[in-house]
Amino acid sequence: MKLEEVAERLGLEFWVRADPEVEVRGGYVSDLLSDVLAHAEAGDLWITHQRHLNVVAVAKLRGVAGIVLARGLQPGPETLRRAQQEGVNLLTSPEDAFDTAGRLHRLLFP
Amino acid sequence: MVGLDLERAGQVSTEVQRVLRKLGVEPEVVRRAGIVCFEGEMNIVLYTPGGRIILLVYDDRVELIFSDQGPGIPDIELARQPGYSTAPDWARELGFGSGMGLPNMEANADRLEIRSRLGEGTVIRATFFRRRDEA
Repeated sequence: MKLEEVAERLGLEFWVRADPEVEVRGGYVSDLLSDVLAHAEAGDLWITHQRHLNVVAVAKLRGVAGIVLARGLQPGPETLRRAQQEGVNLLTSPEDAFDTAGRLHRLLFP
Repeated sequence: MVGLDLERAGQVSTEVQRVLRKLGVEPEVVRRAGIVCFEGEMNIVLYTPGGRIILLVYDDRVELIFSDQGPGIPDIELARQPGYSTAPDWARELGFGSGMGLPNMEANADRLEIRSRLGEGTVIRATFFRRRDEA
């Protein structure tokens, strides 16, 4: 399912809309950067509470479909700028990580 | 690279991927080298006053050499174990220092050589063999 549609169905807000057409194939929930690098799959939507600059590099290196900040957390200006520069989709979810992941799972694997 | 410069950390690895892609290096090697570079970069930033990363591209392999003037690794075998970490709390709160850095480097490089001298620094060489048939 395309990220645009996932965002609409889950009520996610785009902060950086780099490539809304990208296909979301799954999800990954983690706040440990090395864990994401080791285990997230390309095309996963990465749900996290980390919102500093380095998440952009991790997302880019791993080729995830986008970063979703849980619980309405907002990215700082530097993270925003870096995500724009690197072309990484950055979104926020009003719901916590558990509910966001649960709804994403139901949506992708009904 | 300058130690504790989290601002710029992560940029070397994305740049390395960009350069490798431009040189036509196989995507599978680009992906693995990017991950190894990020982990090596973060180790330099988090644990040392600074260091260098050298990228070498050959016909048959890619090498990344990380050298720093940090405190050195007292027990390399211990440091290689998943979950072992000496990271300070502030780094852990940012999602670093989960003890997966060296294991991640080992998992993604075809060969990983670590040389370290206490009080002088550490040199890590990661080698990635290019499998041309996948290009």
